[in-house]
Amino acid sequence: MAILVDERTRVLVQGITGREGRFHTERMLRYGTRIVAGVTPGKGGENVHGVPVYDTVEEALKNHPEINASIIFVPARFATDAIFEAVDAGIKLVVVITEGIPLHEELKVVSYARSRGTVIVGPNCPGLIAPRLRVKIGIMPEHYFAPGNVGIVSRSGTLTYEIAAELTRHGLGQSTVIGIGGDPITGLDFVEVVKMFEKDPETHAIVVIGEIGGDAEERLASYVENHGVSKPIVAFIAGRTAPPGKRMGHAGAIISMGRGDAASKIRALQRAGIEVAKLPHEVPKLVERALRR
Amino acid sequence: MKLYEYEGKDLFEKYGVPVPRRVLIESVEDVDRAIEIVGLPAVVKAQVLVGGRGRAGGIKVAKSVDEAKHVVEEIRSRGVRGVRPRKFLLEEFVDIERELYLSITVDRSARKYIVLASSEGGIEIEEIARERPETIVKVFIDPLEGLQPHHVRYVERGLVSRGIDGSTARMVAELVPKLFRLMMDLDAELVEINPLAKTRDGRVLALDSKIIIDDNALYRHPDLAKVLEEDPRDFTPLEIVARRYGFSFVELDGDVAVIANGAGLTMATMDMVAEFGGKPACFLDIGGGANRDRVREALKIVLTLPRVKTVIVNIFGGITRCDEVARGVVEALQSVSSTKPIVVRMVGTNEEEGRRILESVGIQVFSDDLEAVKKAVELARGGG
Repeated sequence: MAILVDERTRVLVQGITGREGRFHTERMLRYGTRIVAGVTPGKGGENVHGVPVYDTVEEALKNHPEINASIIFVPARFATDAIFEAVDAGIKLVVVITEGIPLHEELKVVSYARSRGTVIVGPNCPGLIAPRLRVKIGIMPEHYFAPGNVGIVSRSGTLTYEIAAELTRHGLGQSTVIGIGGDPITGLDFVEVVKMFEKDPETHAIVVIGEIGGDAEERLASYVENHGVSKPIVAFIAGRTAPPGKRMGHAGAIISMGRGDAASKIRALQRAGIEVAKLPHEVPKLVERALRR
Repeated sequence: MKLYEYEGKDLFEKYGVPVPRRVLIESVEDVDRAIEIVGLPAVVKAQVLVGGRGRAGGIKVAKSVDEAKHVVEEIRSRGVRGVRPRKFLLEEFVDIERELYLSITVDRSARKYIVLASSEGGIEIEEIARERPETIVKVFIDPLEGLQPHHVRYVERGLVSRGIDGSTARMVAELVPKLFRLMMDLDAELVEINPLAKTRDGRVLALDSKIIIDDNALYRHPDLAKVLEEDPRDFTPLEIVARRYGFSFVELDGDVAVIANGAGLTMATMDMVAEFGGKPACFLDIGGGANRDRVREALKIVLTLPRVKTVIVNIFGGITRCDEVARGVVEALQSVSSTKPIVVRMVGTNEEEGRRILESVGIQVFSDDLEAVKKAVELARGGG
């Protein structure tokens, strides 16, 4: 098994006719993802790499009732509407690649989705990949990933590929790799994903890639301390040298009001018994060691 | 985007939050006119966006027109924590009985708005939270529910139970809907009044303002975006140039410039620089799928920083193609005359072609980023 996706996952691509949408639709199809429809308002009737395009999500679902996931490549100004449309149509997994959605909109749409039982991955994320199932709902370069038993949850993109590639090189494949997004508000947090990995029999070890800003890492640490997680967790936190008050690329990567620095996150994780790699390259070694125990 | 105190107070006034009488001045010649309006003594406040402005000597009380002029001159020439103020606010002196605190922001992990009110004010909220957490009233607002009257009542009751008299607590709580409306209308991440003064004549007044606008929502506020263009505030001139190209760029005080693709990887590369005893000169994320033009512009930006001694370019290619990166590096070197060494680490799509291009112009290419970073740090130290 994997988390969030399985053999029955059938995907809708919202914003399929844009440059990004087209490009990644092709790559996802080539990898093996079952993409059954796309949506771009006003472009209904076209097709992209053989995938039929509809004007609305509702119409796509009427024609393809098997759709149970959506990936959104819609530009920031229109992305919130696209998410609402997917949630209202009853899709239970929505991956939002879009970067730059305004904070207040993000708050509202993420709360709405959660209240309706829809899982949002992102916004501002690389999506997720389950190598054994060959399901990729995202933009990651798939050849760095291999089937295996390490679950990865991350707030970043490229750094996740880098660490996954390193794990793959060391013979440590992945069960599911999921980027929860670099914005201040995300649909999923570390605790929720770690709980999913804990229940997933395919996952034997968990890698958490955090960064400065917010308190998702601290909350994971306190969850682990209070409830315990049976599978080993290895973490890496980016931004030990980041100055306070400056946004480091991701909207959510900012040390503000004296909170969210790397040192306090690392301390909290270590206190909870989680091994924290000093550099990304140490992750495979720590995972290997943890699995041997 | 951070707003200056005077911009925030103009907004407060517009939304019905009481503020002291004040005049914004740009030159010392305006002091006479300003004092006629605000009276004496007057408070001279440098308009800078640095924390602890008061402690850094950016706020002074003047008892005469001459003293006010002297203070303006003095702060202007001295600067406040390295920032030279262009504008000053001259403000009526308020007879304060007590300083309180009020703000609305977003609680990221709760995914809710949060109102923070405290019976203590005048010091930073971090300090209040650390020293006197029991004085802080927290009221969460669900974004789907919006602000409701009971939230306001909770703020009022919270303050009363922390020893604030009923009439003051009510006046403070009644500011909450005004701040909330302001926050929504302006797409603010933070709206803060600190200190919120209770005066001896029984009023509450916002003595300072701190407003941060969500950068992702600036497209909805063209007036603010224009103001930011004219006055880049806490951005350096080079950071503004980088913004135009859509780069995430932050200047730092070291000498090894860091360019990478992806925010997490760029931060991790900075951390590696520090691990090898170096100091990063900047953070520059060229973003996903960058072509040669972006790489060229990114390099040109960091090479103009005088303190940069070496550059580390760390590319993990997926969608980003290494040959494009290599061509961008070569083009940058052709268009600027720089002898600063550039160390490139790249792996992924079209890696061999990229390596060939760079090695033909004598640039060292690594596939291991630790080795590359180590080399860049050594070169910055004058070794290698």
